[in-house]
Amino acid sequence: MSASGKQGEKQGGEQLVIKGLHVAVEGQEILKGVDLTIGRGEVHALMGPNGSGKSTLGYAIMGHPSYEVTAGSIELVAADGTRHNVLEMEPDERARAGVFLAFQRPMSIPGVRVADFLRHSVTNVRNPDRKEGQELIPMREFRDELKKKMADLSMDTEFARRYVNDGFSGGEMKRAEILQLAMLRPKFAILDETDSGLDADAVRLASESIARIGGAEMGILIITHHEQLLEHNIPLQTHVMLGGRIVESGGPELAAELHKKGYERIRAAYPDAAAAEKAMEESRTSEPVSA
Amino acid sequence: MATGLDESSTLAIGEINKYDFRTDSPAIFKARKGIDAEIVLQISEMKREPAWMRDFRLKSLEIFNSKPMPSWGGNIGVNFQDIFYYLKPAEQQGKTWEEVPDAIKKTFDRLGIPEAERKFLSGVKAQFESEVVYGSLQEDLSKKGVIFTDTDTAVREHSDLLRDYFGKIIPPTDNKFAALNSAVWSGGSFIYVPKGVKIEFPLQAYFRINAESMGQFERTLIIVDEGAQVHYVEGCTAPMYSTESLHSAVVEIIVKKHGRCRYTTIQNWANNIYNLVTKRAMAYEGATMEWIDGNLGSHLTMKYPAVYMMEPGAHGEILSIAFASAGQHQDAGAKLVHAAPRTSGRIVSKSISKNGGRASYRGLVRVEPGAKKSRSSVVCDALILDDKSRSDTYPYIEIEEQDVSVGHEASVSKIGEEQLFYLMSRGLSETEASTMIVGGFIEPLVKELPMEYAVEMNKLIQLQMEGSVG
Repeated sequence: MSASGKQGEKQGGEQLVIKGLHVAVEGQEILKGVDLTIGRGEVHALMGPNGSGKSTLGYAIMGHPSYEVTAGSIELVAADGTRHNVLEMEPDERARAGVFLAFQRPMSIPGVRVADFLRHSVTNVRNPDRKEGQELIPMREFRDELKKKMADLSMDTEFARRYVNDGFSGGEMKRAEILQLAMLRPKFAILDETDSGLDADAVRLASESIARIGGAEMGILIITHHEQLLEHNIPLQTHVMLGGRIVESGGPELAAELHKKGYERIRAAYPDAAAAEKAMEESRTSEPVSA
Repeated sequence: MATGLDESSTLAIGEINKYDFRTDSPAIFKARKGIDAEIVLQISEMKREPAWMRDFRLKSLEIFNSKPMPSWGGNIGVNFQDIFYYLKPAEQQGKTWEEVPDAIKKTFDRLGIPEAERKFLSGVKAQFESEVVYGSLQEDLSKKGVIFTDTDTAVREHSDLLRDYFGKIIPPTDNKFAALNSAVWSGGSFIYVPKGVKIEFPLQAYFRINAESMGQFERTLIIVDEGAQVHYVEGCTAPMYSTESLHSAVVEIIVKKHGRCRYTTIQNWANNIYNLVTKRAMAYEGATMEWIDGNLGSHLTMKYPAVYMMEPGAHGEILSIAFASAGQHQDAGAKLVHAAPRTSGRIVSKSISKNGGRASYRGLVRVEPGAKKSRSSVVCDALILDDKSRSDTYPYIEIEEQDVSVGHEASVSKIGEEQLFYLMSRGLSETEASTMIVGGFIEPLVKELPMEYAVEMNKLIQLQMEGSVG
């Protein structure tokens, strides 16, 4: 399926709209005014050097408590134009509203089986009004769906019985994140370096899987350093982040250029952002901050 | 996990105990409060005991009076003269389920013991107040010579067998509370498994305290003969009262050559109960003894199940979970004594403290001279859910032999913000996420429990976690 095809079929104009977003971590400003609008059914790529704030944007959208939004807005716009303030939602409410973040380094939860965790998660996301303690989705139905989706990702069924990310290889973790994406079917997904640590074959599989899962239903923001993941997910737009801002947006050819040639042209073209990048880098070396 | 919450869980708002209900039961005999020789004699007479047991009680009383309170563990704020030591329910002991009084059946219903389980069980022994009120033993078990009865009955009917072991593993001189139990004990289970008999399903007992300010002093003795095998399970729940309540049990177990015994306990006491229990097993040649111990609730629990490995090749294992919440101190642990060569032991202890609760691990591994090539490992992990709560570890290791291997690992962790965020980003509420993390933390032990207890344990943890976050 070609990406350009799905981008034409927007789902009634549902959008994730980010405006003038400023985010600080431990008092230090990382994002310095980010504007980005993702429509449902669109693929966007976000590239940029390490430390430019890409992961920070993902965490801020998902509501990580350490990432403080100091200015700007994040909103979900429904098909009928109703706007929902994402910043007022807890992370679980964001998930139930259809937002998903595939973690670059997902946390391990020892003792909790992938299947148990996912059944709970899928139940809540599909029944956003579910109260704690209410019934989970039926076991058989869930198990059949999980089996099928694991098969699609060439995952052994044994995987469902393992503890969440506990002792997973890098590749297994990434695949588990894609499995969650497939099961939760969010409206908007941020994939934070879902290709890092994977070999070429695994990246191709990931790329195909994401395209298949996303289809016309999902708005996807792919954070990546490479273009391979975009092979089957041709971005409507490629955005370049530098020094906490999106400095340039373009088509798929921009991703190819950055992958081949790096960020020198960008730094030269946007000296202010390059200076901000340098300042952030210096403060990071004196005082470590995770961005 | 949040599956199948029944209506009783609506009781569990905040710190209210799930089992906070009481069934009115008329007591026909209630000794006056306090403890002295007259009370002890009265108890013995009520039970129509042989002279040796009466004398054992009286001697134990003297020891109790002469022993100081333990100087370690928690603060034991018990007024011994303000406690009822014996209470006999009005109803006689039932022989079949049909004969069990309705009030008591109702209690079981409230505890949610499933119908199917009752049928499955070979013998449900439930201690209602201080007396075992219901006992049934599957025919084939008795044909095999298995004895499973309440200890009072055993004193009358199996006096010779019982007398050889009673008070031998844990003598009244062992500690003040063992002495107290020896003087006023009532109820508990007596199990004898003859040579080579393997009981494939768990024998179970439910215990309950149900009279205000009533101490409960059950006494359990299990004898596993050579090559025999048994798994005994007790689940304890107690209603909550405003005055302090004392529970002080003694459990003695003998596992003979190549025998196997597993003793599983899940206790969920009301928040005002002092739970001071002495549990000890002796394992002989090639025998295996396993204690699986889950402690929830109570004001103070002091409990350190012990395995003495007396002969070569004996194996002892103690797995424990402690959950301490507001106003609760769990001082729980384990004791392994290697008294013979090539013995092996393992302690796995997991504690969770939240909402100002305190969980302590107190353990001893002792290797006697000559216990060559013995191996022991201790792993204790503590999970602290908030800044108000506390966890301590008191590991004692005494090794008097060179040729041994003893390992100790301890970890203390807090629920990580990153773990919580990860789960919440997948749609789990903060409470659900914390509950899931705690459930995962104890999973290695919960999976050792029989299925219905694993489910119950997860439910209990879930109830403990409700309203705890924020």
